[in-house]
Amino acid sequence: MSIPMLEVRNLVKRYREVEAVAGISFAIRPGICFGLLGPNGAGKTTALEVIEGIIPPTSGEILFSGAPRTASFREEVGIQFQHTTLLDFLTVRDTLVTFRNLYRDAESLDYLVELCSLQEILGNMNNKISGGQSQRLMLALALLNKPKLVFLDEPSTGLDPQARHHLWEIVRSIREQGKTIVLTTHAMDEAEYLCDEIAIMDHGRIIAQGSPVDLVHRHCGGTIISLPRENVTIPLAGIPLPLREVNGLLEITVERIDLGLETLLGLKIDLSEMTVHSPDLEDVFIHLTGRKLRE
Amino acid sequence: MSWKRIWVMFKARNYEFFRDKAAFGWNFLFPFLIIAGFAITFGERDFSGYKVGVFPSVTEKVDFSRTNLPEKFRRTEHLQFIGFPDLAAGLEKLRHHQIDFLVRQDSTTPQYWQLGASPKGDLVERLFQAGFVKEQSGFGIKELVPGTEIRYIDWLFPGILGMNMMFSALWGVGYVVVRYRKNGVLKRLKATPLTAFEYLTAQAVSRFFLLIFTLIVVWIGADLLFSFHMVGSYFDLLVVFSLGGLCLTSIGLLLAARGTSEEFTSGALNFLAWPMMFLSEVWFSLEGAPQWVRHFAEFLPLTHLLRAARKIMNDGASLAQVGTECLALIGVTLVCLVLGAALFSWNE
Repeated sequence: MSIPMLEVRNLVKRYREVEAVAGISFAIRPGICFGLLGPNGAGKTTALEVIEGIIPPTSGEILFSGAPRTASFREEVGIQFQHTTLLDFLTVRDTLVTFRNLYRDAESLDYLVELCSLQEILGNMNNKISGGQSQRLMLALALLNKPKLVFLDEPSTGLDPQARHHLWEIVRSIREQGKTIVLTTHAMDEAEYLCDEIAIMDHGRIIAQGSPVDLVHRHCGGTIISLPRENVTIPLAGIPLPLREVNGLLEITVERIDLGLETLLGLKIDLSEMTVHSPDLEDVFIHLTGRKLRE
Repeated sequence: MSWKRIWVMFKARNYEFFRDKAAFGWNFLFPFLIIAGFAITFGERDFSGYKVGVFPSVTEKVDFSRTNLPEKFRRTEHLQFIGFPDLAAGLEKLRHHQIDFLVRQDSTTPQYWQLGASPKGDLVERLFQAGFVKEQSGFGIKELVPGTEIRYIDWLFPGILGMNMMFSALWGVGYVVVRYRKNGVLKRLKATPLTAFEYLTAQAVSRFFLLIFTLIVVWIGADLLFSFHMVGSYFDLLVVFSLGGLCLTSIGLLLAARGTSEEFTSGALNFLAWPMMFLSEVWFSLEGAPQWVRHFAEFLPLTHLLRAARKIMNDGASLAQVGTECLALIGVTLVCLVLGAALFSWNE
C-alpha cells in the first residue's frame, strides 16, 4: 500500500470554550481529489488551515508523505484560501511574477496563464478584476510552485454558474495531472462532481467518509418520495415505510417506487405536489444530522 | 534567509507606493504645503510685534499730527498702530485679542485699556509708560550678534521633514501591515516560503528607501523655493535622517507586529505621533517649558532626530558632535526591531 500523501490523526483545534475541530482523522491517497463537505461553521476551513500550517493545532498529528511537515512543506504545497486579497496596486502579471519568485522551483507562467484563462487580465490591477477572475488568479498562485498537494478552500464560493463550471474544469485538469487535491465545500454538487473521496463534517467532527457513491449507497439506498407534511393526515407511525420530516416535507425512502406508491395510495395519502428523486449527498447529510447542508 | 525573496517583496511594496497616486502625491505635497504656509505666514509679513489700537482716528492708518501720545512710544519698533473711530470699536477688537492694547490719543491725561490676563498687554503698558520717561543715554553696552540670521523657516524646515518622515514611517508601515493582516494579504504570503524576518526586512528597507527618496525630493524642491540656510555637511545630515528613518520605521514595525484592528492601530499611532508632534520641537522650542516636559521629550526619538538635524543644518555640527542623538536613534531602532520581529504574527 502506498504512503498517504497526507495523513491527519486526532486533530483538535480549540478556541477557549469552542472546539472548532474535535479530533478528526483521515488519510488521503496520492493523486485523488479529497473533499471536506459540510455546512458553514462545521470546522472545514479551520481544519484545512491547521493542516496547511497557517494556524497551530491544539493537538493531533499531521503527516505529509509519511513524515511530519518541515520547512520545505511550503515549497511542496499550493494553497488557495477562501478569504484573502492581494496587493491592490500590482497587476495580475506583477502578482504572478512576485509570487513565482518566492519559490525555488516554479511553473511556467505561460502555462498557468493559459490553464487559468488569465490572458486578458494580465495588465489589470488586482483591485480591478472580477470575483471569478480573482478566484482563477488565486488558483494560479496556488499552482505556481508545481505543488504535489493543492488545498482549495471553497474555491467556487460567490461565482456565477458559468464561472463555477469553468473553475471545476480547471480543478479536474489539475487532478488529471496527478496532483492530490484537498478541497472544502458546502455544495454537494461540487463535491459529487470533483471528489473521489469525501469526509462529511459537522460540529468539528467527521460523521461519514467514503466515495460519493458509497456514501449514498450506505446511508440512503433506494428512492426518495417527498410530500408536503400537511398531505398526510394519518399518524406517521401508521406508515410502514422509513421516513423523516425535513423543513415541512415528509421524505419517504422506498426500495421500489411502484410498491412505495401503492402503499401510500392504500393509506389514502394525498400525493399532489409529490416529487421523486434518487438520493444524493444532501440526503446523506440529512440522514446523518436531520438538517440540510445549507441550514 | 533568501535575499531574492526580500528583493521581490521590496519591489512589490515600492510598486504599490509609486502606483498609488493619491498617497504618493500626498507624501510630497504635504511637506511643501506646510513649508509654504509657514513661509507665507512668518516669512513675508513685515510685522510680528504687538498691536496697539488708537482712537479717535478717522482711518485705520493713524494720523499722529495732533496726538498726545509720547513720541518715544510712537517710534518704538515692533509696535503696530491701528486706528479706530471710537472707544467701542477699539474695545470690541481688544476683547477678541485682535489688538493687545488700546489708547486714547486726544486726552491730556494718559488713558488706556488692556485685558487683565494678556501678557502682551502688560508689556505694551510698560512701553507706553516708559514713553513718558526721558531716555537714558549710555545705559549698558549693546552689541549686535554677527553672522547670518537663522530665520524661523530655517529652524522649522528640519522639523517639517522629520514630521513627514514620522507620519510616513508610522502609517506607511504600521497601518499598512495591519491592513494587510486584516484583509488576508499576510495570510496569503504566509502560505509561501517567505519568512517573517524576510518580510519585515523587505518592508523596513522599502520604507527606508521611500523615506529617503521623499526627503531628497522635498529638500530640493523646498530649497529651490526658499533657499534654506545650511551650515553643516549634507552627508552628515543624510546619515542623521537615515538613522531617524530607520528608527521611525522600526517603531512602525513594532506597532504592526500584531493586531487586525485598523481603528486600534490608528489610535495607537496617533497616541505615539501627537506627543512627538508637539514635544519634539517640530514647531517651537521647548525652552522655558516645565522641566518634566523637557525630560519627557528626551524619550521621544523625533526629539533626537530634529536636534541632530538642526545642529548640523543651523550650527554646522559634525557627526561626532551629534553622537549622543545618533546613539539614541540606533538604540530605539534595535529595541523596536528585535521586539517587532519576536512579536510578529501573520494572522493574529
